[in-house]
Order: sequence, then structure tokens, then C-alpha cells
Amino acid sequence: MTLKEIIEILDATVITPLGDEALNVDIRSACSADLMSAVLYYHTPDSLLITGLTQAHVIRTAEIAGIKTIVFVLGKKPDIYSIELAEEKKISLLSTSLCMYTASGRLFQAGLPGCLYK
Amino acid sequence: MPINIDKEIEGSFQIIGGNFVNAGEASTQLKLLLSKLGVDEDIIRRTAIATFEAEMNVIIYAAAGRMHYHITPRGISIKVDDMGPGIEDIELAMQEGYSTAPDWVREMGWGAGMGLPNMKKNSDIFKIDSVVGEGTTIEMVINFP
Repeated sequence: MTLKEIIEILDATVITPLGDEALNVDIRSACSADLMSAVLYYHTPDSLLITGLTQAHVIRTAEIAGIKTIVFVLGKKPDIYSIELAEEKKISLLSTSLCMYTASGRLFQAGLPGCLYK
Repeated sequence: MPINIDKEIEGSFQIIGGNFVNAGEASTQLKLLLSKLGVDEDIIRRTAIATFEAEMNVIIYAAAGRMHYHITPRGISIKVDDMGPGIEDIELAMQEGYSTAPDWVREMGWGAGMGLPNMKKNSDIFKIDSVVGEGTTIEMVINFP
């Protein structure tokens, strides 16, 4: 599923500027978590992280786990430091007004599977 | 890309307890170094996760700590020692889901009780030694394929 499709499904707003290349990135699975060790527990490269946390260490966790896109739920937006960090690390940030359950459900229903345990 | 390690590389990072803003910086730098050396992506990912969890433990629990790495053509050894409270029951701390993290740490997304198990899971050799009131030392080895 492309990032462009994910933005449409979640009716998401884009926080970091996205070029054509980023919009066409192939996202193969998703992980919904507010616990960062849970994110690190799963095999998440090329995955989407759906979370309600917006601190900078969420961006760092994503970088460590090889996650290229983060969606913040409930319309949350990170502070400028986190946004700059994400841009530096080439991680795309989105925000959706949906709750975590609904956002995850919509993507799953559209065919995006959960991350695998490895 | 072939692994480009013709001599052993050593280095260390200082980690300051409570410094959440820079949390992950040491692991990120080590990840970059391994990437430049042409190390296998899966090995880089395992190392990054193991060191990140160890780094977060120092930031959450200790006053300060140090992460030392030693890269050889065979693999990478990491030693993280801290000036922290120590762990009373290591066997219990190794159980998935067990955590002594305070609420404010959990609210930040940490303290799930997965840190030590994640370190062990991503290492080929994992050793932990701790003295209550003095600190904790973690040694991890990740072999190159």
C-alpha cells in the first residue's frame, strides 16, 4: 500500500513535506503502539507506526526500528523539535483525527497487515 | 556491500540519566558507523535495537552510564555500565512484561518490561550483572554472518 493511499484512507494531514518519491513508498505492514519497546519487539522495517505519543524519542525509536512513516492519532501533532528530527532522519509524519483503533481498523480492512513477530 | 573492517574499532559514548531529548543518539551513531562499514542490514537492526534499549534503561533509571563498543571482523561486542540503582532480582527483570518503571516513564512510552528481553532476543550472547546500590553492567555480542 502506498503512502498516498494511506493518507486517503485515514483522511490524514501531512506534517512533514512529502515529495512524489515519499508518497509512492510501499508500506508493507503496520504496528499500532504507545509502548516503544513493543515497537522494537516486532519486525518493522518498511512499516507504518500508528501511535498517540508525539515526543522526540518516538522518532528515534522509528529510526532504530527502520520505520519510515509515523501516523499520530487523535489529531495529535509533535513539537517543532520532533518534526525537524523526523525531517533530518527522512521519516514522514502524518496526523489523523481518528482514534488508534479506527485508524488501525481502516488500514487492516484495506489490506494492510500487522507487523510480524521476528 | 562487503564488510569493510580491516582493523578492530573501539569507542564509547557517555549517557546522561534523565536526558530524554538526546535519547537514542548513541545507538543512532553506532548504527551509522556500522552502516558505513557495510555491515549486514539485519545485524545493524539487531544491534541498534539492543543498544537503544540499553541506552534507554540508563536514561530512565541511572544517573549516568557509558556504552562501549568493539567491532572486529567477526562481530560487535557492546558493554553498557551505569551508575544506577541496580536490579534486585535479575531473573524477574528478564521476564517479559515485568517492569519497575514509575508511571511518568510509562506515560512516555517506556517501562513495558520488554527492554531486557529485547536486548537478549537481539544478541547472540547476553550477560547481565548488577549490584543493588552500585549499578548494572550489560554485555552483548552480535556475530556477523
